[in-house]
Amino acid sequence: MSRVLANDRGTPPRLSEQQVSVLIDGHGITVPAGTSIMRAAVVAGIKIPKLCATETLEPFGSCRLCLVEIDGRKGTPASCTTPVEPGMTVHTQTERLSRLRRGVMELYISDHPLDCLTCSANGDCELQDMAGVVGLREVRYGYEGANHFGAKKDESNPYFTFDPTKCIVCSRCVRACEEVQGTFALTIGERGFGSHVSPGMDEHFFDSECVSCGACVQVCPTATLMEKSVIANGQAQRSVVTTCGYCGVGCSFEAELQGDRVVRMTPYMDGKANHGHSCVKGRFAWGYATHKDRITKPMIRATIEEPWREVSWEEAIGHTAAEFRRIQQKYGRGAVGGITSSRCTNEETFLVQKLIRAAFGNNNVDTCARVCHSPTGYGLKTAFGTSAGTQDFDSVLDADVIVVIGANPTEGHPVFASRLKRRVREGAKLIVADPRRIDLVRMPHIEAAHHLALLPGTNVALINALAHVVVAEDLIARDFVAERCEADDFATWCAFVSRPENAPEHVAGITGVPAAEIRAAARLYATGGNAAIYYGLGVTEHSQGSTMVMGMANLAMATGNLGRSGVGVNPLRGQNNVQGSCDMGSFPHELSGYRHISDEAARALFEAAWDVALEAEPGLRIPNMFDAALDGSFKGIYIQGEDIVQSDPNTHHVEAAMRAMECVVVQDLFLNETAAFAHVFLPGSSFLEKDGTFTNAERRISPVRKAVAPLAGLADWEVTMALSNALGYPMNYKHPSEIMDEIARLTPTFAGVSYAALDRVGSIQWPCNAAAPTGTPVMHIGKFVRGKGRFVVTEYVPTDERTGPRFPLLLTTGRILTQYNVGAQTRRTENNVWHSEDLLEIHPHDAENRGIRDGDRVALMSRVGETTLRAQVTERVQPGVVYTTFHHPITGANVVTTEYSDWATNCPEYKVTAVEVRPTNRWSQWQEESEVLRESTRRVAVAAE
Amino acid sequence: MTRVFVPCDSAALSVGAYDVAVAVAAEATARGLDVTMVRNGSRGLFWLEPLVEVETPRGRVGYGPVHAADVPSLFAADFLSGAAHPLRQGVVEAIPYLANQQRLTFARCGIIDAYSFDDYLAHGGLRGLRRALELEPAVIVGAVIDSGLRGRGGAGFPTGIKWRTALQAESAQKYIVCNADEGDSGTYADRMIMEGDPFILIEGMVIAGLAVGATKGFVYIRSEYPHAFRRMRRAIGVARARGLLGADVLGSGRTFELEARLGAGAYICGEETSLLESLEGRRGQIRYKPPLPAISGLFARPTVINNVISLASVPIILDRGAAFYREFGSGRSRGTMPIQLAGNVKRGGIIERAFGLTLGEIVEEFGGGTQSGRPVRCVQVGGPLGAYWPRHLFDVPFDYEAFAERGGMIGHAGVVVFDDTVNLARQARFAFAFCALESCGKCTPCRIGAQRGVEAIDRVIRGDRPAAQIALVRDLCEVMRDGSLCALGGLTPLPVLSAIEHFPEDFEPLRRPVAAQ
Repeated sequence: MSRVLANDRGTPPRLSEQQVSVLIDGHGITVPAGTSIMRAAVVAGIKIPKLCATETLEPFGSCRLCLVEIDGRKGTPASCTTPVEPGMTVHTQTERLSRLRRGVMELYISDHPLDCLTCSANGDCELQDMAGVVGLREVRYGYEGANHFGAKKDESNPYFTFDPTKCIVCSRCVRACEEVQGTFALTIGERGFGSHVSPGMDEHFFDSECVSCGACVQVCPTATLMEKSVIANGQAQRSVVTTCGYCGVGCSFEAELQGDRVVRMTPYMDGKANHGHSCVKGRFAWGYATHKDRITKPMIRATIEEPWREVSWEEAIGHTAAEFRRIQQKYGRGAVGGITSSRCTNEETFLVQKLIRAAFGNNNVDTCARVCHSPTGYGLKTAFGTSAGTQDFDSVLDADVIVVIGANPTEGHPVFASRLKRRVREGAKLIVADPRRIDLVRMPHIEAAHHLALLPGTNVALINALAHVVVAEDLIARDFVAERCEADDFATWCAFVSRPENAPEHVAGITGVPAAEIRAAARLYATGGNAAIYYGLGVTEHSQGSTMVMGMANLAMATGNLGRSGVGVNPLRGQNNVQGSCDMGSFPHELSGYRHISDEAARALFEAAWDVALEAEPGLRIPNMFDAALDGSFKGIYIQGEDIVQSDPNTHHVEAAMRAMECVVVQDLFLNETAAFAHVFLPGSSFLEKDGTFTNAERRISPVRKAVAPLAGLADWEVTMALSNALGYPMNYKHPSEIMDEIARLTPTFAGVSYAALDRVGSIQWPCNAAAPTGTPVMHIGKFVRGKGRFVVTEYVPTDERTGPRFPLLLTTGRILTQYNVGAQTRRTENNVWHSEDLLEIHPHDAENRGIRDGDRVALMSRVGETTLRAQVTERVQPGVVYTTFHHPITGANVVTTEYSDWATNCPEYKVTAVEVRPTNRWSQWQEESEVLRESTRRVAVAAE
Repeated sequence: MTRVFVPCDSAALSVGAYDVAVAVAAEATARGLDVTMVRNGSRGLFWLEPLVEVETPRGRVGYGPVHAADVPSLFAADFLSGAAHPLRQGVVEAIPYLANQQRLTFARCGIIDAYSFDDYLAHGGLRGLRRALELEPAVIVGAVIDSGLRGRGGAGFPTGIKWRTALQAESAQKYIVCNADEGDSGTYADRMIMEGDPFILIEGMVIAGLAVGATKGFVYIRSEYPHAFRRMRRAIGVARARGLLGADVLGSGRTFELEARLGAGAYICGEETSLLESLEGRRGQIRYKPPLPAISGLFARPTVINNVISLASVPIILDRGAAFYREFGSGRSRGTMPIQLAGNVKRGGIIERAFGLTLGEIVEEFGGGTQSGRPVRCVQVGGPLGAYWPRHLFDVPFDYEAFAERGGMIGHAGVVVFDDTVNLARQARFAFAFCALESCGKCTPCRIGAQRGVEAIDRVIRGDRPAAQIALVRDLCEVMRDGSLCALGGLTPLPVLSAIEHFPEDFEPLRRPVAAQ
């Protein structure tokens, strides 16, 4: 598997308008100025031996294998560090060079174990390859001299080992940790012959600051850093390029396989979202796909008190169809609905909403984006005309000022965070608006110029104050606004933000952020060059989530920070396909491509294509479904790949709604929390088991390719199709590509998308159509999609969720690097060693007042519920604010969160809940009960022979 | 009032100068004498240290080496009037060792009070800078180019050319960095300047700043020079108070700030790119070139990085003119060089002379042969990476090109003398061992090669297949010389191969047992 080595050009590309022509071994080649001789040689088809150089890292010049001779120059410069110069004549193979290379190799091998045949890198070792290339035939130094053969292997990391005996000290790992990942966990200890790779101060990898992104393992040329899965299984025999199934960064990976066994996932160099980088989840945490908890047979039961009964696909589908028809006959056509999944492919999502609209005959379809980024869709569409972020990820490399609001990229979007950090190290200024002191505020070689540590729930006040400064200090991009935006709206907005209640001096009292800090941050944003906003759920999951999105759009428009690389308003999407699920018409009111269901023309298009009459009225949103279930009018639901019981707010309410339904169908990999209330369980297929596409946060449509056969025999799209057919609405796709073709036919922004096109170019950013045949990395260049940009007045309305004597603290929630959302996948991997339970972060001051010590069990109580977890006393949170994650079902963080939600989209207000915390020594009643419920509802009857 | 000079140079202090100073003060007080004690730097006549000088109408009369116990007898002999005493060396300036020198850079060293700005001015200080303030940057650079001054740190690259590159690099911020990480064995010229005449270095750096448009400088001083570091820091404070440094250099409206930084305790930090890494707070590790530091150096800004002596030679070039300076020397080696004589030598010390002196003159005439009294067998010139010179090459003139032609280098001009008890196989082993110890560990030839070199020489010494091992060492030397990333690995073959070439008998263990060692 020398794919990486085979394609590696040794040093990163250089951009230059100036082209330089050189002669290498008699071959003329022209490359951009600044290109290394090594890279130019590869372009010319000439490989120069190398070990320390690799295309993803800046040249280093340490191995001394790539020496060349240049006419008219003394010595033998390294080709990796020497840039081409006009007219250079280079020789890569001479007697002298051969001698030197063999001499260097002889030195390397004099301190390297000769166990190639039993080495885990056998067949995938650059040292081995180079020994062959230079023709090393003997090591005259012998093996009695000083060596590192006695160094101890570090197996502390769950996914890879570090074997210093095999290390050639090329520093690739150290450089990757610095340049690619930006964590600076590795260094070289000692000097001279004693030089060795050292995690931190000679710590174990696990105890060091390493975040297990795998960048070091990826670049290691030997077996020094090696995946345990490869040590256990051996080298892969084939690979499939696909897209990661975790977060909204959408990294491209190669699934490396032996037969149907995945032995390694390696980030794909040509992936445009990740450029060969990865995080601990995508790189290593894929073991869940074959975890013993996977359910691979369909199951049904009459009531949740009964054990599950395994049945055939035919029976399960037939039963489900019959139940849904029965319910519709008894309670009406609108008594059933479904939820599409942001974890599934575009094609699957499209099919589920089609099933609901065409086969169920109503618009009761919604998606998990409801609970995360629905305000993004609403807000950005209102302001700019498109329900999506404005930039590609690479845009951040052109930013001069980077604003991170309510997002924690180093935990939630680590691969993007690495690129962001790289830009900050290059000199861009960083502004962080977050109640917590997230890592980006200050970490190695990164320090935010401003940390606006606002109180949860006061985003809109803050954004208005920033706008106030821009207007009051006349930092407005007048030409941009005049040319690109609605003039009347702008004038109204200016008058609004200029009002004294939006002045930083007033807002300081609301947000807790000093007025001077707000002013300085506003000035930096408006005048610091290209300014880009990146935001996450800390913006959207509020009662004013949509308002805040529009507030940021206003600020970007007022300062002219839109329509080119380096700027923009960019949501960091949570799930792998949350953008896609929204694009695919998963919302009750929208058809694919964000066309309103009441739009006669759009509806007519679909009706003609689908040969069915569509309802013109929007259907139920998820919270409406729960309410309708409780009032008895909603009785059946088809939930594909979402665990609403764990992830939706106010668990008590959700559970009650689930219990009120007659047919709950869950399609998932595992018996999740929602499955406890289900009557039909349809086993799902993991991202490795099917073809399709995911659309990431930068609107990039990337192929998902079937690496192994579905464990349950059917891919998710096939199950939906079968259900539709059983319901009497025929679907006959032979391959997901046909679903994409239908999407392209029916969706103007996808018109140019096809599997053939994706195979050709790798990935495509929508809109992709006649006007933009290769897709659209940056939107709104020259003109907004809606025509003129729209300023919206964004009055700050405090949430009704207030602290008081009973609940004096504010709870806010978030995610952690090693776990993913409800944890269904990551909890079933070794990632648990980093985060085995959810912790409640509490400030020492608040902890002291309550007699809470670090590690104590505490009860977390809100007006809707109570749960117990362990406290972590830390100054990451400010006094008055507590924080936890929601990765573990036992924690039940959403038992505590409330029913409040965004005024426009019903996105829940996860980020603000008034709570109290007190020491306890017992689990909460809910936890006790849910434990019992979990046990009883997961029983599977032993099949009769 | 009589002025008595007791050096405060580390070399003098190491042999008791502090105790002497205390004793002189005590004795003067006890005798009720009006004595003003000046703590000067060293004259660089180390066999005479501590060299106590007394100001007399005939000039400064020296006594040395003086120990604290000698002080009462000095007073008793009325040394304050320059009277006779067994330790009396006569008028210092007339001591042939000194009289035969051409002191330009060290003109004030050992004469003035190192901290006295007024003393500095009184001895011609700041004349070069005042001249530079009247000149356009390109003219200053032109003068340095015309002077023929080459880097005194070891590489011998023309200083003015380096400056021109930095001048032409466009940047809002540029730096001047002084390499005072003087680590070569047997060298001390940098330290003597910092301890004996620090203002000349500061003046040189300010001129460099004016020349290339740099407003900030750093002096990177090796950690083994705590005394020099303290003195340099104090001198910088004085210079700032007197307007030589700061936002308005000598009232010119020009800015130059300077900081002294303590080195990281590694020989490799004396290599300019490692030094820059270390100065930036990182591990001292070689950066590849290009880019040259003059284009992208400290914090990726254009940076002039020069040795102490290079910078300290600049004021006189500006003061007396390029032509004056280039009058000294021979061939392409212009000006004077402070040769530092050390090792097994009778009269060790600094010898500032125009290029062209032969090795024999240095060792025999100035040095007076070995301290042990045994015959001189060889000298090593240029620090631990310099070649070993046998007696039959002692006619080689001290000159960059003449040395290079014969496979050596003058480096930082340290000359270490060995008598006939030296074993050159051991010295070759030491060269590898030194490289192994001091290698930054970045490039393979140096990191692994130096260690393997030690082992191969050990086999030679043990008589284990010596011919094959010598052949292996020769191959290794080619890999290290042509393959190493910097001069540490690249020059280690110099002492090794010169030892093998000139002293082959030492590599034949059967004929020459090493038992004597």
